[in-house]
Amino acid sequence: MTEPTMPTTPPDQPPLSAENAAVIQLTRKDFVSDQEVRWCPGCGDYSILAQTQKQMPDFGVPKEKIVFISGIGCSGRLPYYMNTYGFHTIHGRAPTLATGLKAARPDLMVWVITGDGDALSIGGNHVIHSMRRNVDITMVMFNNRIYGLTKGQASPTSEFGKKTKSTPAGTVDTPIMPLTIALAAEASFVARSVDTHTEHLQGTLQRAGMHHGSTFVEILQNCNIFNDGAWRDFTDREVREDRMLVLEHGKPMIFGKDRDKGIRLRGLHPEVVTIGENGIAESDLLVHDEQADEPYLALMLSRMFWPDYPVPVGVLRAVPRPTHDQLIEGQIAAATAALGQGDLADVLASGETWTVD
Amino acid sequence: MTTDTKPLDPGLQELERVTIRFAGDSGDGMQLTGTQFTRTAAVYGNDISTLPDFPAEIRAPAGSLPGVSGFQISFSSNDIHTPGDEPDVLVAMNPAALKTNVGDLPAGGALIVNSDAFTQQNLNKAGYAANPLTDGSLKQYALFEIPISTLNERSLDGLDMTSKQKDLTKNFFALGIMFWLYGRDMDGTIRWIDDKFGKRPVVAEANKRALKAGYAFGETTEIFHTHYRVAPAHLPPGTYRNITGNEATALGMLAASKLAGRPLFYGSYPITPASDILHQLSGYKNFGVKTFQAEDEIAAIGAAIGASYGGAMGMTASSGPGIALKSEALGLAIMVELPLVVIDVQRAGPSTGMPTKTEQADLLQVLFGRNSDSPLPVVAPATPGECFDLAIEAWRLALKYVTPVVYLSDAFLATGAEPWKIPSLDDLPDISVENWTDAATFHPYERDPLTLARKWAIPGTPGLEHRIGGLEKADITGNVSYDPENHHRMQLLRQAKVARIADDIPPLEAHGPERGDLLILGWGSTYGAIRSAVERLQAQGRSVAHAHLRHLNPFPTNTEKVLRSYRKVLIPEVNLGQLLMLIRAQFLIDAEGYDRVRGKPFRIAEIVEQAERILGIRD
Repeated sequence: MTEPTMPTTPPDQPPLSAENAAVIQLTRKDFVSDQEVRWCPGCGDYSILAQTQKQMPDFGVPKEKIVFISGIGCSGRLPYYMNTYGFHTIHGRAPTLATGLKAARPDLMVWVITGDGDALSIGGNHVIHSMRRNVDITMVMFNNRIYGLTKGQASPTSEFGKKTKSTPAGTVDTPIMPLTIALAAEASFVARSVDTHTEHLQGTLQRAGMHHGSTFVEILQNCNIFNDGAWRDFTDREVREDRMLVLEHGKPMIFGKDRDKGIRLRGLHPEVVTIGENGIAESDLLVHDEQADEPYLALMLSRMFWPDYPVPVGVLRAVPRPTHDQLIEGQIAAATAALGQGDLADVLASGETWTVD
Repeated sequence: MTTDTKPLDPGLQELERVTIRFAGDSGDGMQLTGTQFTRTAAVYGNDISTLPDFPAEIRAPAGSLPGVSGFQISFSSNDIHTPGDEPDVLVAMNPAALKTNVGDLPAGGALIVNSDAFTQQNLNKAGYAANPLTDGSLKQYALFEIPISTLNERSLDGLDMTSKQKDLTKNFFALGIMFWLYGRDMDGTIRWIDDKFGKRPVVAEANKRALKAGYAFGETTEIFHTHYRVAPAHLPPGTYRNITGNEATALGMLAASKLAGRPLFYGSYPITPASDILHQLSGYKNFGVKTFQAEDEIAAIGAAIGASYGGAMGMTASSGPGIALKSEALGLAIMVELPLVVIDVQRAGPSTGMPTKTEQADLLQVLFGRNSDSPLPVVAPATPGECFDLAIEAWRLALKYVTPVVYLSDAFLATGAEPWKIPSLDDLPDISVENWTDAATFHPYERDPLTLARKWAIPGTPGLEHRIGGLEKADITGNVSYDPENHHRMQLLRQAKVARIADDIPPLEAHGPERGDLLILGWGSTYGAIRSAVERLQAQGRSVAHAHLRHLNPFPTNTEKVLRSYRKVLIPEVNLGQLLMLIRAQFLIDAEGYDRVRGKPFRIAEIVEQAERILGIRD
């Protein structure tokens, strides 16, 4: 077996870099569609939409080359509000349509908008396979730990024992860790942000959009109607610095209002330590490496959660890998180079033939 | 007395048509033996029709009844439509093959058995209390007992192979006997062996020796008193090749892509009997064909819809169980009105059923197996070769009407073979369509007044950014709408779009008298059996005609007129009366059904008999 290699010239790649932004002078307004936004007032989705629209001009991609594909759930409405091409599909299947679209049209920038139920329950299989194939899509999963559109049933990320309409005695299902799933599925870019942390969210979306390959972004999002305050314990302004760990590549894992807390490795486990106590120095702390060949560090981070640990946000993993569409185009180019452009008449008459006069 | 007449071979007899069935263990290579005989007969110029019949188990326990694999081929100097009701010759490689097949052999039929395989152990496995070769139970047949295993092993003396490896070549010995018996040339098969085993010269040599030894055995021993000649058929002039339905389907889809000037995207999940289409299309990368083996049936159709959304020709295939999984996505394709072709290679039974056996019982599933009223066109080829034409037709409709189309094949068509006249590219239709590009006049759900096709604009087109999805669309604008009257209008529009296709398809043709006592109406792979039955009845002077539907939704506009031109209408189907239900419901015509669901195609004789019952000349 030979390793798949990156084709030297990716076919008709979009100009996905900030340098091109100057060429196309678009603003946030260009990405706002004429449709009235119909999420509940106070929903975290408004902020995600705003940051997404704000971020779009930076990619330098003409809006006709951008496609937003969604599944079913509150998140699924987002494409209607983007003045790009958009496709609101069926429950859980957005990654499949995105995979086919990107394979057929490598020139397009494809976003997948999904939620915790859509991506991890009904669509779990497609998330896994789109990630392992390294389909060049940016998947943004709104995680509110509840089924909102169907009015409040437990979701695959609902905490164990959670009482909901469908689980009056508490759920008996252990929740899924979305980022662990994405990493296990070989996603080449994995990140997390928070709906209300607008600056961080915009930065995360920017990094995600720039990445070539399967990109999974979990956005911790508040459903103020059916699961209000789901993330409040660590995302609120007063506590966030002490309860969240903002990851930065190449930097030691330090957090806290006073920047005195850190994460070090003890055996196979992360440990929260205080710099200056018990002889702990900054040099004892783990240094974040989102580009590590193996995802061990990212996997560890993906399992750290409040209240045992500060919740990591930012980019857990970002590694280069040939994308699905590049590999397909590479095989087509190789076959065409070896066999020449296919000739239909030849193929129709292939195999043994005989003539009747 | 003239003296220049060549002495006739006293043992040579001229036959019009011969049907042979090869039967053995699924490890005995019966499909290969049958395929080799088929291509040899086809290249010789006979008309041919084949029926491979194999178990779903890849290797059931050796010698067992469920492990029996068969291949029937009928070849003729005349135009034939079916692989034959019953074999003239049965080649049984072991007791299990004998037991499961001998019931189909008519009295007087030739029975060739590998007597070496009739050991006590094998007899036990097949459930024979006594050896049928010696207990007189086969005396109604012309029995030829040949120790094929021993003779074959002897012919391979000196080759560096184990006994077991040598035994694997015995099917070629049997093939050699049949080649001699029917005067066939071995060259094609020898070339095939060289190609196939070129890198393993010992194996190639063994297979060639086995083949030649079988041929020589037929020639030199006196066991067969007669050998036979089946002259080439008088097929229409042209260049021919042998083709199965699945091969023709794949080629038709490839041709459609060329004729439409759009790249083909094929999303598929492995399923019997559709997988061969994926295998074949994955070899056409230098045509720009993109194949995608998806994680499941839903992803396969989802990816195909995504590709079509991007302007490619998105396509998926499956069999009944997989089509069930694709239903929701098919509904999406109907709602967003994108071109898509879904191939259903039907197989027998509900649930997993009998995966390698044939049936045509998904008609109602593809028409109605979705939520709400969700109409789509359905086409169905009638013969393996016609799979090519209907593949192009499916795409013509999908592109012109911007709609998903279902293409119904079945296991019999998919694996059965016939000679196929290779079409000239100039004779194939232009099925290309343009995407909408004019921003000034663009409304995503504005329709062509003639076809009712919506304006299809693809991502990448500046100024046409728009959103589509599974929620109900407002007429013209395509915005989400819950307006009651709008929904009513849209349901009617979707229905009318498909109904209008009736004006754009060929009329239903009756083969036989324009008016008469009986019309036999069929669809799909029953074509051959019905046509042969009708020809037989016509030869007896009966007033009987045959009509065969290729378009099952909508029906051709003259369907009712044709049906009403006959006193009685008979609809034989390999299901429990699905077309019958549609015909009765749509036209209030008191048609009669004739259903046989055994995982096998109809026999000609049973359709003849049923027709005779209806005509009142048989009880």
